Amino acid sequence: MNLRDPGSAVEKAADKPGNASTSVIRFTVNRRTQDVQTDRASRLSDVLRDQLGLTGTKIGCHAGDCGACTVLLDGEQVCSCIVAVGQCEGRSVTTVEGLAGPGGELSALQQAFVSHGAAQCGICTPGMLMSAESLLRANPHPSEAEVLDALGGVLCRCTGYRKIVEAVLAVAAGHAAPLESPAAGQAVGARLARLDAPAKVRGDEKFGADEWPHAQQDGLAMRVLRSPHPHARFVLGDFGALKAQWPGLVDVVTAADVPNNAFAIFANLRDQPVLADGVARFRGEAVLALVGDAQTVQAIADRDVPVEWTVLEAFTGSPDALAAAEKGEAIHARYPDNVLCRGRVVRGAPEQALERSALVASASFDTAYVEHAYIEPEAGYAEVVQSTTAEGKPLRRLRIFACTQTPYMDRDEVAHICGLAPEQVHIVPSAIGGGFGGKLDLSVQPLLAVAALKLNRPVRLVYDRPESMRSSTKRHPARMSARMGCDAQGTLIAYDFEGDFNTGAYSSWGPTVANRVPIHASGPYRFEHVQALTRAVHTHNSVAGAFRGFGVPQSTLLNETLIDELAARCGIDALEFRHHNALRADDTTPTGQVLHASVGLQACLDALRPAWRAAKQAALVHNTKATLIGSPIRRGAGVACMWYGIGNTVIANPSTMRGSLRCDAERGAYLFLYNGAQEIGQGTATIMPQMFADAVGLPVACVEQLMGDTDLTADAGKSSASRQTFVSGNAVRGAGLELRSKLITRLGLADSADSTVQLELAGHHLHATHAGKRHSLDLRTLPADDHGDLLTGSGYFDPPTVPLDADGQGVPYATYGFAAQIAELEVDSELGTVKLLHIHAAHDVGRAINPTQVEGQVHGGIAQGIGLALMEEYINGQTDNLHDYLIPTVGDVPPITVHLVEDPEPIGPWGAKGVGEPALVATAPAILNAIHDAVGVRMKAVPVTPAKLREAMLRPR
Amino acid sequence: MQPLPTARFEQPASLSQVTELLAAGGWSLLAGGTDVYPARVGRAMDGAWIDLTRVSGLRGITEDASGWTFGATTTWTDVLRAPLPPLFDALKQAAREVGGVQIQNTATVAGNLCNASPAADGTPVWMALDAQVLLHSQAGERRMPVVHFVLANRRTAREPHEVVTGLHVPRRSAKARSVFLKLGGRRYLVISVTMVAMVIDVDDAGRVAHLAAAVGSCSARAQRLPALEARWVGQPLPALAGSAIGPSDLAPLSPIADVRASAAYRLDATATLLRRAFGALTS
Repeated sequence: MNLRDPGSAVEKAADKPGNASTSVIRFTVNRRTQDVQTDRASRLSDVLRDQLGLTGTKIGCHAGDCGACTVLLDGEQVCSCIVAVGQCEGRSVTTVEGLAGPGGELSALQQAFVSHGAAQCGICTPGMLMSAESLLRANPHPSEAEVLDALGGVLCRCTGYRKIVEAVLAVAAGHAAPLESPAAGQAVGARLARLDAPAKVRGDEKFGADEWPHAQQDGLAMRVLRSPHPHARFVLGDFGALKAQWPGLVDVVTAADVPNNAFAIFANLRDQPVLADGVARFRGEAVLALVGDAQTVQAIADRDVPVEWTVLEAFTGSPDALAAAEKGEAIHARYPDNVLCRGRVVRGAPEQALERSALVASASFDTAYVEHAYIEPEAGYAEVVQSTTAEGKPLRRLRIFACTQTPYMDRDEVAHICGLAPEQVHIVPSAIGGGFGGKLDLSVQPLLAVAALKLNRPVRLVYDRPESMRSSTKRHPARMSARMGCDAQGTLIAYDFEGDFNTGAYSSWGPTVANRVPIHASGPYRFEHVQALTRAVHTHNSVAGAFRGFGVPQSTLLNETLIDELAARCGIDALEFRHHNALRADDTTPTGQVLHASVGLQACLDALRPAWRAAKQAALVHNTKATLIGSPIRRGAGVACMWYGIGNTVIANPSTMRGSLRCDAERGAYLFLYNGAQEIGQGTATIMPQMFADAVGLPVACVEQLMGDTDLTADAGKSSASRQTFVSGNAVRGAGLELRSKLITRLGLADSADSTVQLELAGHHLHATHAGKRHSLDLRTLPADDHGDLLTGSGYFDPPTVPLDADGQGVPYATYGFAAQIAELEVDSELGTVKLLHIHAAHDVGRAINPTQVEGQVHGGIAQGIGLALMEEYINGQTDNLHDYLIPTVGDVPPITVHLVEDPEPIGPWGAKGVGEPALVATAPAILNAIHDAVGVRMKAVPVTPAKLREAMLRPR
Repeated sequence: MQPLPTARFEQPASLSQVTELLAAGGWSLLAGGTDVYPARVGRAMDGAWIDLTRVSGLRGITEDASGWTFGATTTWTDVLRAPLPPLFDALKQAAREVGGVQIQNTATVAGNLCNASPAADGTPVWMALDAQVLLHSQAGERRMPVVHFVLANRRTAREPHEVVTGLHVPRRSAKARSVFLKLGGRRYLVISVTMVAMVIDVDDAGRVAHLAAAVGSCSARAQRLPALEARWVGQPLPALAGSAIGPSDLAPLSPIADVRASAAYRLDATATLLRRAFGALTS
């Protein structure tokens, strides 16, 4: 802004004490008076976080769209990111740090959040707590509707909101007591409160943007300049003038500074530059990085940075890119057809089988780009640390603190990019404010690494919301078509599927989607004849990567639509048709895998049957009445099933977990878990100690842990593919059993595998009771290693699989999760709006290690399924914020009933399988089937916005 | 060498100080800040701002014989908590839709109007209420109807040296009622696809003495529907229920197609909302 001479009146005003642009502002924060020297126009949130160190207040959008920054101003909830601190002068601010009592005891509201599983990743938790606090102060006994209104301004991407609402209502009802911790051997299966929940509700957890120890020393800030074009060549100019103009600009980091400027998920596909080298292939691709003091890099406008652009034709959808390839336009020279890879599963003779099927249903289906919309934008810092090797030689190492789902993959890929040995990179994961697959790919890490190494100074980068959305990976948009055949009695015979998945500009997880979809495309049903073909197609668009379900949510939308149609044409109830055709134990899948056990789909459908019949009846009664009275509201019920292979598809998938026995002077004896199963909100910080404790045979209350640090925890693999419960669960069980065996041996008992030995830790002693005799060991007599461990146990697990042949035949996964869900809803037939009434979800999880957490995963998955079905469409350059890109709010998730089916997996830990992704897959198709039930329209694309549904209803059928 | 940007932020206590600063030029106005800050994501605040929230006499709702005056810095929460007659039901219904409670607690009635978003929830309501905008400068006060004040997307008739001090709503009979209906893609925190505000007053014989209908999010600025209004004045109230809405009724609207909805859908849904508004006001 070009400020004109403001004139004398302004000068007078500005001369007044307290009115200079920077001044001392006095206000009360958490009952303490604070004097802050700051620009009066500064955002309150920035002052709280950066000047007062109150990082419990989170920044999700800086635009008042997400509510994560909610604090109380004179007792009323406000978004602190859009309040000028000058407006707070003389007023009282309460942040999440001000909720606990004077002795640090949790408030009733905080305790209720802990006990009810209302916090998952925890990034929205402070905002939710403050919104609820403002409500409860004014209205101690709110109705559910009043709770929804009060929380309506805070977005949560993990919980599905229901447990948050439950927690607030519990406070109102006086039920906010802590849960009891289970006894030895009783942890698995217990509703143990999350072990990290107290830190989350206090606002103590350090997310990516919450730690920056070098702010006052030699730390530098980074801002990334990104391509404004989906496809363009560019030439970098001379930065001398820019540096002269801005003394605070220390360096401009470019592609020339990156030792190995290509990374990927799969080492043989490395294609994505850390900083684009002359060509940008999607809008939002990183082009260069400004490094300097925070105010300077923020102040430099993109247009003032000398970059000369030549805009090129962009192919942003898979049909465009495939057509362009025909004309010789390759997005990467390596793939002249613009196809990154293909997936294929063929079994039987599907074409002939379809010909002889009594009934064949066919359809095509399109899905949109979907954004993860974790509330925490990517953030972190990197620093160079001087260390020494085991031989005592100096070693230059890189330490990166950042949000990630996969510390070890980050370590290895950053090492490659920087030309370092993996041991020279130390990844310290921050607390992670939601991931859902979006924090599996590198984001800030390589940019920070390159700059820190080049400048030999600590460097910090915090994405803003539009940058996070423009630069990060997405769910693949799919264009699919399929035919499904059954006999006259309603027995399924054949499925023929083709799908193109827009994988965007770089490879990321494109191969995983292309390979996983064909295996799952026909759904959890008995088909003798299947052909399923996929292509991952490169385009000039956002990189599509991993997002909860790896393409299976998309393909399930199509096959569950066709199942419904065949059921209707056979005159068979939609649930019973699925039950009749459901996979069961000893069946063979389309990859030729025989499922020997833990195939609980029929049990899921059995669990849902009463709710299904009631829902169908209620819809019939409602619609009959609505027709009579001329109401436009039509009710419907829909069902859908799913299955999902747990863990990576065929490729190695190992996890190593380690635990120990320790004894400190003050703490006494306790167990210690090196927990490499990265917590991302899904609950590994709780269930891994539960399983470890039960394996050792000691109470979970005596377990301390360290989460995901590549110098200290072993490689437990990434938190993705729903694998941690099953894979790392087995590893942690192995670690616990080995430690138990060592403890028993050390106590002098002969049979170290004896499960009847009762262990106990008391003070500095380990005790065992066996056959009526008590054995004791003073742990102070044992030597501790460098880490303080007296005895250690280690466990390793890699799920058994068999590689797929050219027809996709083999054993891609060791076990599968199964589920069925019902959606009950109302459609306003005049407006096309959909109001969800209830979701019923039955999930075969093998064994629920922690039922509260399993429910939390199911609730959160359902919320994302609702978004996929009804509102989410990411358009790069158009919906790069949380008011144009809509995710469900607390008012969009209906009551949910979860039925846990436990058909144990023989090789799962305590029979457990995974649930993270299965939670999401069935929801959207159940909603679409319910819409059809309500108004007779089969939607062939998502999201089903009101406009699209109304237009489909008006189209002649 | 370029100086780092800083913002000037004046917090005057009186209206005369505000108009004095504005007369000098170069200043922008800020109240709740709920539109100013989101327009600057990823940047520090710069520019020169006058904060209106400490100006005495600008916040609150007053009533006199002529009607009601809503001070410029009255928040949407203030509106919701105020004892107001049924004439203002639409305003309260709109107040609940302005962001979440966090936004309602800070966002002001004048800020919402002056930001002049085509999707501002308050604007069609003020139009249907025949509200007048009160503008002050060193030259004195002037008033103009909201329908003339909002010119286009992000443009108003406020001169740079003027400040909006409030909105005045003329008195109607005790029987006057209103309704606001909004359509969006989710339950909370949603930019309207379309929205309808309607005010109705009836005479002692039960006939429509006054009808005002306004539609937001369907043109560059919210629009009244004069043809529709004229057709029903003088008719018996029950006749409105179930009345048809024709294309000529919607002639003032020129909706765009965007990621939220097509233009055709916006018109179709607006007709439905208008019918439902009639239904709500006659039930």
